[in-house]
Amino acid sequence: MENYILTLLIFIPVLGAILMLPISKLYGSSNSKYVALGATGIQLILSIWLYYNFVPENGLQFVVEKSWIDHFNIFYYIGVDGLSIPMVILTALLSFLCIIVSWKIDKRPLGYFSLFLLLDAGMMGVFLSLDFFLFYIFWEVMLLPMYFLIGMWGGPQRHYAAIKFFLYTLFGSVFMLLSILALYYYTAPFNDNVGTFNLIRLIELAPQIDSILWGYNIRTLIWIGLFIGFAIKVPIFPFHTWLPLAHVEAPTAISVILAGVLLKMGTYGLLRISYPLLPFEAINFAYTLAILGVINILWGAVNAIAQIDMKKMVAYSSVSHMGYVILGMASVVSANTSEAGIQAGLNGAVMQMFNHGTITAMLFILVGVLYDQAHHRWIVFPDNYKDQEVAGKLGFGGLASKMPVFNALIIIAFFAGLGLPALSGFISEALCFIGGFSAFKIITIIGTLGILLNAVYFLRAYQRVFTGTFNKKYDYLKDISTRELITVLPITFFVFLFGVYPSPLINMIKHSVQDIISIFQAAM
Amino acid sequence: MKNNFQSLLYFIPEITIVVTILLAIVSDLVNDLKKYTHYLTLFGLSLTGLFLLLDSSTSVSKFLFNDMLLFDSVSYYFKCIILFSTFSVILVSKYSKELDDEYRPEFNTLLLVVLLGMFLMTNSINLIMIYLALELVSIPSYVLAGILKNDKKSNEASLKYVIFGSFASGLMLYGFSLLYGLSGTLNIYEIHSILSSVNNPTAVLFSILLILAGFGYKISMVPFHYWTPDVYEGSPTTVTAFLSVAPKAAGFALMLRVFLNLFTIGGNFTSTLPILDINWPLLLAILSAITMTVGNVLALRQENVKRMLAYSTISHVGFMLMALCTLTPVALTGISFYLLMYAFMNLSSFYMVIYMSNNYKAETIDDWKGIAFKSPVLSFFMVLNMVSLAGLPPTSGFIGKVYLFRGLFFDQEFYWLGIIAVLNSVVSLYYYFKIVKSMYFFEDSNKKYKKPHPVINWSIIVLSSQNLLFYFYWSGLYEYIEGIFNL
Repeated sequence: MENYILTLLIFIPVLGAILMLPISKLYGSSNSKYVALGATGIQLILSIWLYYNFVPENGLQFVVEKSWIDHFNIFYYIGVDGLSIPMVILTALLSFLCIIVSWKIDKRPLGYFSLFLLLDAGMMGVFLSLDFFLFYIFWEVMLLPMYFLIGMWGGPQRHYAAIKFFLYTLFGSVFMLLSILALYYYTAPFNDNVGTFNLIRLIELAPQIDSILWGYNIRTLIWIGLFIGFAIKVPIFPFHTWLPLAHVEAPTAISVILAGVLLKMGTYGLLRISYPLLPFEAINFAYTLAILGVINILWGAVNAIAQIDMKKMVAYSSVSHMGYVILGMASVVSANTSEAGIQAGLNGAVMQMFNHGTITAMLFILVGVLYDQAHHRWIVFPDNYKDQEVAGKLGFGGLASKMPVFNALIIIAFFAGLGLPALSGFISEALCFIGGFSAFKIITIIGTLGILLNAVYFLRAYQRVFTGTFNKKYDYLKDISTRELITVLPITFFVFLFGVYPSPLINMIKHSVQDIISIFQAAM
Repeated sequence: MKNNFQSLLYFIPEITIVVTILLAIVSDLVNDLKKYTHYLTLFGLSLTGLFLLLDSSTSVSKFLFNDMLLFDSVSYYFKCIILFSTFSVILVSKYSKELDDEYRPEFNTLLLVVLLGMFLMTNSINLIMIYLALELVSIPSYVLAGILKNDKKSNEASLKYVIFGSFASGLMLYGFSLLYGLSGTLNIYEIHSILSSVNNPTAVLFSILLILAGFGYKISMVPFHYWTPDVYEGSPTTVTAFLSVAPKAAGFALMLRVFLNLFTIGGNFTSTLPILDINWPLLLAILSAITMTVGNVLALRQENVKRMLAYSTISHVGFMLMALCTLTPVALTGISFYLLMYAFMNLSSFYMVIYMSNNYKAETIDDWKGIAFKSPVLSFFMVLNMVSLAGLPPTSGFIGKVYLFRGLFFDQEFYWLGIIAVLNSVVSLYYYFKIVKSMYFFEDSNKKYKKPHPVINWSIIVLSSQNLLFYFYWSGLYEYIEGIFNL
């Protein structure tokens, strides 16, 4: 089991996707969702098994290293450590829940569920790869299913959203590819003239690169290449414009995956690759990173305030929340951060990656629940709305009395989003700010404005949609169904749990976080 | 060195082609045999392939026909690609409805003549022989482009092709005569040894430029590409498929041989410095950047699928030139590697175009709407082709591109070209996925599923499967290619 667990995690969905073909041929394509449920269910069970057998003190474990292409030194090299295990569990959990969220998809279900499983495999692969070439392949493989999922099952502007998402991400990743090759060739002289993609080996080799190109050190150029690739995924301002469009147009389950998992790949990549491989560049870049993080926090929040579409508001809140991760990460690599600040910043960043994954998933699912019944999700109808009678008026109003359970859940989600204490978002955001403050005082103080702005849009949206007089037009709305409840409750559990008792999460990650920190302490 | 009679022993595949050509012409004249011409041609080609495969001495270089031709492992490799693509095109051509049965014998014969010319292109080491081989490819190609006698576009294509072709050959001949004037010999190896002592960089540079015009026209390098879109659009799709693959492979084989054996200091495939300090690699780098950019940017606006694929061919040529200009042994393997994959994915895409125009009369991208729900299997493989052409995992096109980029890092030069190249591959994604979008994102209830002919069906599937095959495992192929260049 130990040797196969990670491989199974990656390839069970692929197997499921293949199995789906004969099953849908035999029993009709609407049954493909059962296969998808089975595959992601097994994956979830495996990831729980992984959690119980994972020993945080041991660093990398369950490692598999097999040669794939000899002459190019490409390995099938996978493993899990404290940095990746929360992401693996998050991926498995959200994938499983998203299958339930998409249970009612009846437009070409075979295509939808098989693409979904391939996407799932790609995400798992990214979080488990320790070979840079393998990492890149999984990174890119995800784009294709995502393109089709947005483009075929999305909203009115889906075609444009799909290609925009694809082009943006590809634009970033081609620069990453150049950086990968540069790392391979420029580290070869320090490794008996054998290039390597091994990310663990490269931690030692990469800092030794010392060539100059166009007046810059090669390492700086590699850093920039990697940064463009990761920043677009996060997305860091000014590369964020693909996000609102893609999130809004995608079907609910795909929005959940996009915001819950895909965005984390960017920050995960920075932590897994850019940071350990190029510590000196990370240190030089710390200030810029912090500024970008704060711009993200504020810009995302300000944009969210301006939105009248609930889903778009949630999408922009993601931009804002990912800013916290960036700020926390930046604090680690600043020379004037205190030891405690470093610990808080990096632990906060990794925790925020997990917590935002759960909170945003909850938000998107709940907005989706409302949309499925009401067929719109306007907080306020736009002025140029096709039905002129309602244009400019409130979209809903007073839903709290009509849908009490749903109302309770959305209160939790909104408050978690704005960082209320006792909910998981608070702890990780606070840690990010503590880290940030010990390094960049002024910037962080400006950044804390984001908390206020977050409260503005979440509370305003709640007020307009759920309180006030009930709009009789929506008398037909029913409260959240059992199926939908099943999708939300597990996430709600985590939002509560890590809000009051975060130590399981911290224990899981802290040793790997310490490893990264010690790389920087050696570099400074 | 072997004289004419001794050489014949090694010339059996070519002789087989000649015999097949003659038999095909004869069978065209006899009414009862006419319908068998197709099978006769295929049989002849299979026999040629068999002789090629049976040749056990490919790793030994042989100078044949009094130093006119050089048979080595490089030419052997390219011959295999060329023969395979020709065979595949002839196989499929019978089921393309564009071609009347009336023209079939001529079509087959002409293709075989081109094939012979391309075989010689890979072997030629004598300037006269190079010219003759190129013309042997060009002249039948002009006729092939215009083989639809009653189609105006086809006529136009043919005429444009003739004018451009003869102009480019003229320039190239002038370049050759300069070289002859400088050295007094026609053999490229002898010219090479004399050139270094002549020490007249201006004259050599001038002849390089002129020769580049001739070769550039053959592989459709910008600014000698103008014929490509018109000819590709006007010719029957089978001819387009053929022209976009086989002559490109032959052109690159010849270009590698001439540029690396004639215009480098070492005078062999592994030498890394240009002769007389003439910076033609930089020139090639600039041309490569322009070629891929022009190809991609112009492809963006195309509505006609064939025309779009023509521009995409141009951009792929730019990519391959990028590897050539680095002058590293790694680049040679990169180009050879990529050409093979490119042949597979491009042929497969064009066969899909044939299927679409056969069964749905489709010409523009809009005509492809909703096809994914009518014939899902072929559409799936078409998506694979498009992804591969754009150079994304999980396809061999990605692996091929990585190997082309390797050259830059090996040489540690021309990084700017690498950046232009990656940006281009982002741009190219947009137009390749215009087709995918049309296939998958729209529904068209007017379309009725029409079964493809099994030969076309399986050609598309088999050729496209390569995209996955060489993605998951390419070590064997790569090591083989390394072997042919003696690296």
